[in-house]
Formats: sequence, structure tokens, C-alpha cells
Amino acid sequence: MMHIIDRRLNPKGKSISNRQRFLKRAKKQIKKAVNDAITNRKISNTEGEENIRIPADGLHEPRFIGDQEKGIRDRIFPGNKDFMPGDKISRPPSGGKGAGSEASEDGEGEDMFQFSLTRDEFLDIFFEDMELPDFVKTSIKNETTHELQRAGYRRSGSPSNLNLKLTMKNSLARRLCLRRPSDEELQALEADIAKVEAKKRKTDADKEMLEKLRQTLKKKSGRRRVIPYIDPLDVRFTSFNQIEKPTTHAVMFCLMDVSGSMSEVHKDLAKRFFMLLHLFLIRQYSKVDIVFIRHTHMASEVDEDTFFHSRETGGTKVSTALEVMNDIIKERYPAEDWNIYAAQASDGDNLTSDNERCQYLLQNVLLPQCQYFAYVEIWDQREEAIFNGQKSATNLWQTYDSVNMGNQNFAIKKVTGAADIFPVLKDLFSKSNAQEGK
Amino acid sequence: MADVSKKEIGKELLYSQAEWDFLTIERTFKAIEDIALNEMGLDVYPTQVEVITSEQMLDAYSSIGMPMMYNHWSFGKSFLRDEIMYKKGFSGLAYEIVINSDPCICYIMEENSMTMQALVMSHAAFGHNHFFKNNHLFKQWTDADAILDYLQYAKNYVAKCEEKHGVEAVEKILDSAHALRDQSVDKYTRPQKLDNSEIQKREIQRLEYEQSQYRQLWRTLPEIEKEKTDDQAEYERILSQKLGLPESNLIYFLEKHSPVLERWQSEILRIVRSIAQYFYPQKQTKMMNEGCACFTHYHIMNRLYDTGQITEGSMLEFIDFHTRVVAQPEFDSPYYGGLNPYALGFAMMKDIERICENPTDEDREWFPDFAGSNKTVETLKDAWENFRDESFILQFLSPKLVRDFRFFNIYDNMKKRDLEIKNIHNQAGYKAIRSALAAQHSVANMDLDIQVTNVDLKGDRTLTLLHWMNNEIELDDKEAKRVISHIRRLWGYKIELNSINPLTNEVVMSIDG
Repeated sequence: MMHIIDRRLNPKGKSISNRQRFLKRAKKQIKKAVNDAITNRKISNTEGEENIRIPADGLHEPRFIGDQEKGIRDRIFPGNKDFMPGDKISRPPSGGKGAGSEASEDGEGEDMFQFSLTRDEFLDIFFEDMELPDFVKTSIKNETTHELQRAGYRRSGSPSNLNLKLTMKNSLARRLCLRRPSDEELQALEADIAKVEAKKRKTDADKEMLEKLRQTLKKKSGRRRVIPYIDPLDVRFTSFNQIEKPTTHAVMFCLMDVSGSMSEVHKDLAKRFFMLLHLFLIRQYSKVDIVFIRHTHMASEVDEDTFFHSRETGGTKVSTALEVMNDIIKERYPAEDWNIYAAQASDGDNLTSDNERCQYLLQNVLLPQCQYFAYVEIWDQREEAIFNGQKSATNLWQTYDSVNMGNQNFAIKKVTGAADIFPVLKDLFSKSNAQEGK
Repeated sequence: MADVSKKEIGKELLYSQAEWDFLTIERTFKAIEDIALNEMGLDVYPTQVEVITSEQMLDAYSSIGMPMMYNHWSFGKSFLRDEIMYKKGFSGLAYEIVINSDPCICYIMEENSMTMQALVMSHAAFGHNHFFKNNHLFKQWTDADAILDYLQYAKNYVAKCEEKHGVEAVEKILDSAHALRDQSVDKYTRPQKLDNSEIQKREIQRLEYEQSQYRQLWRTLPEIEKEKTDDQAEYERILSQKLGLPESNLIYFLEKHSPVLERWQSEILRIVRSIAQYFYPQKQTKMMNEGCACFTHYHIMNRLYDTGQITEGSMLEFIDFHTRVVAQPEFDSPYYGGLNPYALGFAMMKDIERICENPTDEDREWFPDFAGSNKTVETLKDAWENFRDESFILQFLSPKLVRDFRFFNIYDNMKKRDLEIKNIHNQAGYKAIRSALAAQHSVANMDLDIQVTNVDLKGDRTLTLLHWMNNEIELDDKEAKRVISHIRRLWGYKIELNSINPLTNEVVMSIDG
């Protein structure tokens, strides 16, 4: 006796609730692990799932177990090679096989517990207490429009959604099935009756015929009354579902100095910063465009690969990048339709004569159009040690710093190592920052 | 097997491709069933084969293999762990999960090839199924027709409690109860039948009513007559009788007598305990159960091939898989992870077949009862029915197998500097190895013996636990302290745990919590 059932269509993810319970319980540890995951290693691959390791300790499920370091055990092993009774062998170093291979049944003990988070879970945890600063276009950011999506047919609805074709099709089918007499049929009958009635002298056969025809007519029209042409059963309405459709989209400008003074270390740090920012923006917007602009003494838009990997020599003129950015905004991302974010990374080297121009562009041209502009100055640790603080900061820093005074949607920060990246980003975009307008 | 050796060649092929469809599965199932019932004479519950995806398999896997389970974070934890092991390729998924229920539910994965499906059906739907239905432990201790209803009840009850008392409160009780699962089975008395939910409901109502009245044990009114006995020994006797001490089923004790648990909390303890009880026989018969299933699938697949119902290619695929399942890496191999119950079980079953049909003089000497009897099926069925791993090894492990596995016995006394080889696979060692291997599978060696021995009823309500040491193995005190804090949560008052060495009667270790 056997019964076979296809359960594949059953809801999967029965474990989802247990999974969430677990994540909730381990939240603190996971959060730390997630932060570490970003700070301490390359984040070039943030697609898909993230593997996370957390200390098993807090999630340990204790049981009474025997102490592996004590007692007497008589064990059987397979695969004897040349042992003879009475042989002595030295004990393998602590907790080894000889002393019992069941040291930690779960394979965990005090070590790390490893599992993977989905991308969403990962980002949720990662950006949990961050929010996009938006001072101007709050309304745009949270606005979603509703779009109608066809969702089959239903039996009730508003008259404007009546689906005539389907209704008539149903009606026809029903009429055929129930044999509702058609107009033609009745007309033919009536014509026959009229023909007979028109005879001046009716024979008995005629009378009988007439009676019969009238009977049929009566029956048929009765039938027509009982079986309506269109029954409520036939009526179908086209149905629509409203689906929420975020209208928000954003563009993120990445500006970077690629002149000789930017070392690989600098670029690596910049890259991490941009990636984090990007990750962050994807959370908030349905669509995020990225524009990469690099500059030496000249600026140009490039693709991501070129942006991070090719190396140029030449002078440094930051304003060129700002100008290119402005051009691109005008051309492709009109500020009234787009949320514009920009992040600039630089080592702070700039042509002294160019600083004033930068200030002007930033303050009067770009900031009014941008949601937020973040400037990150990357110092390597030696520089940090030498300059020791902001006092002896770079020209560009000083210039930007003066911009910083008057503008809420502008932030500058200094980064000296990979570990700084996340705190800096967090600082730039922290919720309180966003609310208070800094 | 002697009685089924006639070959009927020329039956039609059941399938010729790796892909499966429902018709093929059904056709193949019938062919398998024919061999299992009519040739081998197995006795099984009706089977319900359910096709699931690998993700659903992971789901089922993480809720201890049951089709439904109450919610708890620890199942989420095992899900996440299994998932990454699976995705990284460290471990394959179980190809099947089979549930000891009537009808017997047998999950198969959609990703399996048709040969795998045939193998899984022979293995689970007939091998395990026969074992579940006939082995005396399962017969006595589990309730195949009630388990699914009971789990449904448990799931609903826990969910209801969560609604009423909050997820966190329920989680705490479950955490604590889970910590005691190993010490919470009735080993000596037959457990109560799993009630169906109607009876359960009535019982809960009754108990809730009773509880709202008073708790006999903790009454504070002086008892007129018993107060008069000053005799301490007499008092303790009465106390023990009242509490049923000593009690080795810790959850049962707490569930019945804890002064702090509310009714719903006790009921949750009871649920955890009932489920632990349900799995208790599986632990004791792991090797036999897998052996039975492997023997069955091996026999059936071979018969399908012999009768021309599967192709040579399928047979090769089967043998490849089968060989990996029953492989036993040697102790010094990097793949060694303890004795493989599949390997030992299968080898012992095949060995019994050999002894029945082709015995050597040695076999005749060791197994006079059935050597050369040509009654393989009867002998095996008798073993499957009446033994557990420990007694099965003690009774059936032959010298030949000891030699085949090249078993040896290490005596490991932590007080001594070196390990000692006590016995090897030679004439002198057969019996000793056999009993040591059996002991390794015994309940006494798998579980720790911890009992409730005393309650300070008149004083501060301290609960005293006693751990009878086995082979001088002490408790891992870090773990023990954690478990004790869980017991304390359930008991509400102080806990004292003493480890006693039964040889010397001295208290070796003492933990307060």
C-alpha cells in the first residue's frame, strides 16, 4: 500500500520563524560580526549571501556531559595495523581521538558558529541604525506611487471594470447549455402563426397546427423569461491589484583623485567607502545609478574598473571633477527628479590656486542640487602621525571645512585606516545626524 | 538468500533514465514492495511517500526530522548550521527522512535520480519501516499512530502559550527543558500513551482546576498525624514515597513537583519530555535500524537487477552510493569519525546471512543455533524484533567480523600516562572486543545517570541531585553549572548536585546552583 504526495509546492521556509528567532537572539554578536565583515576584509563581493561567524558561546545549549579529561574509557576502534595486546601508546594531545572523539557532539564547543545570512538580513543588520540624511526632498524620498496590476477576473467590481467579452462568452455558453430559444427561433414561430392566422378559411388541420404553434411559442417564450440573456452569474469584472511602486531613485557620484599621490592604499580605502555608501543607498532606493568621475588635472567619467584600477600621473585639480559632475547632472540627472548623492575621496592634495574655485562650485552650484555631499579625506597613518590632527590639515580640507560651516547637507571626515571606514560612514549618516541636521 | 534465489529474468525495465516522474516512482515502488513483502516477508506500516525540495529537506532536518515542530530558536540555529554545511559542500543532505508513524512517512528529495529514489524507498519505506513496526523497543515505547497528532498538538499549544505569555517566557522554559532532554526519559517503566488532543484538553482543564485549588505538596497547614513522627528516617521514607524518589526523569519530576511552575509551563515540560521519550528507542537501535535498512535496500536493489528490472548503469550508480554509505574509515584515517553505524549494521546483517547459508566451522561453534540453518530471513527478523544495539552485538558479532574490521580495544585511563592496547582481533580478543563494543552501545555509557534524590520540603526547598559516576568519569563542570542554572529556573530554589563514585561511595564533585 502506498501513497505518493507531491509536497514541493508546500510552503517552504518552515524554518523562517525559527531562523528569525535565532537571529534575534544572537543579534548583538551578529551585529559585531557583520561590522567586522565589512571593516576587515574586501567587500568587493557583496552580492548574494554573507557568511558570518559568531562565538558559539552565547548560543550554546548546555547538556550534562562527561568530562573528557577524566575517567576510564574502553573503546573499540577499527583498522588495527600492528598493535599487539599490551602495547602502550602515548596519549594524543588533549582531546584527541584516543580520548574520545565525541568531545563536542555539535561540533561547536567553544569555537565559532558559522552560518550565512541572506543579503537582506545582512544589510538590515548592518544599516540598522543608519538613515539617509535628507533635508530637502523628504517628500520625494518616501513617496511611493501605486500602480495597477492585472489580477485576473472576479465576480464583483465596479461597472467601469466590466469585462464585456468574458461576460458575453459566459452568457453564450450558459444560453447554449440551457437551450434558451433564440430570437430567430421565436420570430420564425411567430411568422408561422401569422401565416396560418392569415388564412381566411382554416381547416381543422390548420386549427390544430395553430394551436400547436401557439403552445410552442408560449413554452419557448416562457423559457426565455426563465433563462435570462445575461445572468448575474455570467458577469465578470477585470480585477486590478494596487501594487506599491517606489518612485524613488538616486544617483551617486563617486569622485576621486587618481593622480600619483593617491597610493593603492588610498584607493583601497576610498573603494571601501564608496562600496559601503553604495550598499547603503541600495537599501533605500529602488534604483541607484552610479557615476564614477576621476580626475587628475583633468576630469572624466569612467567605468568602475578604470575608476579603481587604472593609474594616472599628473597634477591635481579638484574643481575639474566638480565641473564634470555638474555637467552630468544637467545632462542626465535633473535635480528635480533625482536624489543626488556625492562622495568625494581624496588625499587632500590640490593645486592651491584651485581651492577657491572648488569652494565656489561646491557652495553655489552643487550643494543646492545635492541631497548630500560627503568628503572623505584619506590619510595614511604616517601622515596622521606627522600632522597630528586637523590643525595642519591640507588645503582642500581647509577649503571644504569652510564650506562645512554653513551647509547641512555637507560633511567631511578623515579616514586613516580600514577600521575607520564604517564609523565614518555611520557618523556621516547616523540617524540623529539626519534628524538634527547635524 | 536461499529461499529467493530463483531468477526471473526478462521482467520489464522499470525505468531507463535518471529523471523520475510519479508514474515511474509508483511502478518502481510496486516492484520493490513485491520483493520486500513477498520475498523477504517484511511487515510494514502503509507508506506515504512525499516528494520535497532540498530546502524543505533542510527544514525538516533542523526540526529533528519531524514534519512539524514547535518553534524555537535552536531549530533555527541548526537550520543555519546545516544550511552552510550543505552549501559549502562539507556535508550532503540526507537523501531521505523517514518518520516512525502510521502511515510511515518517507520524504524523498526532488533532486534525487530515479535510482536514488528506488534506493531510498527500499531503504526507508521498507527497511526502516519494518524496523519501526516490529522492533520491541519501538513497539513498547513509541506510539506510531499518535505521534503526528501529538506534534500538531504540541505546536499549537506552544504557539498558544506564546500568544498568552509572550515568546520570551516560553523560550526560557523551552531552553531549560531542552537542557535536560537527555535525563528525561522513562527507562524502566513504560511511558504513558500520547494522548490525543481532546483528552489532553480535558486533562489540562482538570489540572488547572486542581492547581487553582491547592498544591498538596507545598501545603503549609501542619499535618496532624504525620507531624507526630519525629523519626527522621520515617519522615524521609514518607517524603520519598510522596515524591517518587529517587527519580531519574528530571523533567518529569520538575513538571510534577516544582513549586514555581505554572500549569502551562509544566505542560511545556511535558511536551519536551514526551518528544524526548519518542526518540529514546532510536538512540538505542541506531546501528541495527540502519543495518536493517541497508540490508533491505541492498537485497532489493540486487533483486531488481537480477530480475532485469533495472539497468546495469543504475546498478553501478547504486553500488557507488551504497559503498560510500557503508564505508568504515580506519582509526588513523583523516575521515575517521567514530564507528559508522551503517557500516557495522550492514556488515552484521550480511554476516548473519553468510552464517545461515555458508557457515565455517568457527561459525558453527559460535552460533550453533542458526549456522547453516538456511533461515536468513527468520534469523534476521527475529534479531530486528527482539534486540537493541547492545544486545545485538553481544549476541551476533562474529569473530570473522572482528577480523574483517580489524577491531582493537584501547584502554584509556586518564590517570595513566599512556593508552593501553587491551585486545586485538585474535582468538583471545574476540569475546572481550565483543563485550567492549556492546558496552560502548549501552544506555549506561550513552547517558549519564543523574537522579533527584532529595527535597528539603520543610526548609529552604533545596533540590538535591545525585550523579552516579560511571567509570570514574566526572561531569564537565562548566556544562553542568549551566545546566544547573536551567534546573534552578524550573525549580525556583537552590540546587545541589553531587557526583558519587559508586565504587568508593565518596562524593567526588559537588556543584551548587
